Amino acid sequence: MTQTIDRSRAHEPYVAAFDAFAGNGAAAAPDWLKERRAAAIARFADHGFPTTREEAWRFTDLKPLLETTFDPAVAAATPDAAALAALGFADERAATLVVANGRVAADAAPLPELPAGVVVGSLAAALSDGSLPLDAVLAASGIDARTPFGALNTAFLADGALVYVPRGVALDVPIHVVFHSSGAHALTAGRLLVVLEEGATATLVETHTGPEGQRYWSNPVTELVVGANARLDAYRLQRESTAAYHTAAVHSRVDRDGVCSLITMSFGAALSRQDIVAVLAGPGAESTVNGLSLLGGRQHVDYHTVLDHAEPHCNSWEYFNGVFGDRARGVFTGRIIVRPGAQKTDAKQTNNNVLLSAQARADSQPQLEIYADDVKCTHGATLGPIDDAHLFYLQSRGLSDEDARKLLTYGFASEIIRGVTYERLAAWLDGFVQTRLAALTGGVTSEG
Amino acid sequence: MLEIHDLHAGIDGTEILKGIDLSVRPGEVHAIMGPNGSGKSTLAQVLAGHPAYDVTGGSVTYKGEDLLEMEPDERAAAGVFLAFQYPVEIRGITNAYFLQSAVNAQRKARGEEELDTIDFATLLEEKLKAIDWDDGLVYRAVNEGFSGGEKKRNEILQLAALEPSLAILDETDSGLDIDAVKSVAEAVNRFRSPDRAFIVVTHYQRILNYLTPDHVHVLARGKVVRSGGKELALELEEKGYDWITADLAAV
Repeated sequence: MTQTIDRSRAHEPYVAAFDAFAGNGAAAAPDWLKERRAAAIARFADHGFPTTREEAWRFTDLKPLLETTFDPAVAAATPDAAALAALGFADERAATLVVANGRVAADAAPLPELPAGVVVGSLAAALSDGSLPLDAVLAASGIDARTPFGALNTAFLADGALVYVPRGVALDVPIHVVFHSSGAHALTAGRLLVVLEEGATATLVETHTGPEGQRYWSNPVTELVVGANARLDAYRLQRESTAAYHTAAVHSRVDRDGVCSLITMSFGAALSRQDIVAVLAGPGAESTVNGLSLLGGRQHVDYHTVLDHAEPHCNSWEYFNGVFGDRARGVFTGRIIVRPGAQKTDAKQTNNNVLLSAQARADSQPQLEIYADDVKCTHGATLGPIDDAHLFYLQSRGLSDEDARKLLTYGFASEIIRGVTYERLAAWLDGFVQTRLAALTGGVTSEG
Repeated sequence: MLEIHDLHAGIDGTEILKGIDLSVRPGEVHAIMGPNGSGKSTLAQVLAGHPAYDVTGGSVTYKGEDLLEMEPDERAAAGVFLAFQYPVEIRGITNAYFLQSAVNAQRKARGEEELDTIDFATLLEEKLKAIDWDDGLVYRAVNEGFSGGEKKRNEILQLAALEPSLAILDETDSGLDIDAVKSVAEAVNRFRSPDRAFIVVTHYQRILNYLTPDHVHVLARGKVVRSGGKELALELEEKGYDWITADLAAV
């Protein structure tokens, strides 16, 4: 017997959990934040769980997520050194912050010395300290209104990671924020706020992970605020448990002449969805949003991206490559909005997907909304199995069928990795991706 | 080295090669000429093992072994090399990485020790020097954004690095300006050796001004219709292919 799910009421346990959360001491916060949380849960309750009847969710059925009521109050197990080592990517030079089930772990390793005024730490601590003007930037991007799960995250916002780089500071210590989720049926609300004041620069890695095999729901939100003439290089590694769900919202806002480069990689989770909104908010701003997905089994990834050109003379580049084996599935929606007056916009979008098996699937939809007349917007997509002409070329040079497939998919993945300017990360990714592709392409060969 | 006997092959049920006979000995350079559609590129592809072509009859023996029974990568490891008429672009892989992978795949298949990155860099430098080229193409993604001439040069670089016993050049001279044709021909001349044979498939006589073939064969309608020495190429240049096809029609 299959259990029937009443979708229209699926949000109710979460609203009840919010009421419990808002009524207890853990929820202490400034009034402005309490108001934002209350507004957010109201928005979530109003929208409920999205269905495939909604255009933005056409290809992603959340039924597996609805089969369980997840608990936002599961106590965090702080990952030990061995668990962190298992993440693979680590840089002892970096300022590494561990966020366990949404809370910054108190007993984590000390941070390296940072320039004066730079904050890398707990949002809860900064909120209670009150000296930074967080009300202008925390839960202020409008991401809650764009995605119901962004609103759900804000509703339970109590802590998370804060990176604040003051005016003119070039931070040469990379920052690594590890969001670790654990506990069967836990719902975690990881939160990251990054603020770069005018002329500041920083490099940031977000890793999202949890114990392999656990079925939790990670629902993080990242807000990136890049000031005038500032530059942020941000990397997002999604390596959740392959039984877990990952619904993320990422919002970036780049001011005049600022640059935000975001490279997002999906390797884990049973089902993952990322809503990425990049707003070019001042003339001369640049935004890059690149992505790489390497999935197998029955994994599913859905990228929903919006590049929002609000001002003239802005450039945006979007380049997403996906490799899908077994029965994995990828969805990419790339919306480019060029608002009235955003003349001289240069926007380029590319989505390439390689299918390693006949059962793998990928859907790609560009959506261009252009309200200015002097702009350059291009988009392109490719989809298909590994090209026979490419295979034969490599085989004629001596590579076996299997090695040729590996090399071709590696090259395809390398197109994204090449954009990683953080060298230690690039080196680690190179090895990780080769291992991962060996498993995916090897799987194809054994299936014949 | 290579014995082709009564080779029949085609694609999608259409027969293109209708009984080819050809014998190539080590050290020889054979030119294969012919009009469009004569089957000369098909012959090159069949020898390299392109899976789209079906061999429907005849035999090909290479160094005493049945070439047709071998996979394309096995042929490569045994020393057969095809310079493609239309080399494909391999995204995200540098030429250097690709060449090292290919050289090592062949070494491994032959039971030889693989070259590490440093040894390979030395080999590559030596080969570049031998053909008097700089390393401009080496650190770019394979053929990506290359001009037509650069793609053909890259095929010759691969030939140099892989050191085949039998090199088949499929219209490597097509679409090149005269300097590029000369450059390709000079590279071939440099790699001529008593143990290495070349089959130069070409539409034009031009490249043969810079290469001296031992034998020239003319293909038409899937058969070798004339064989001779270098003078045959000159005769073709003078009279064009119409002479051959008219001759055939008269038969």
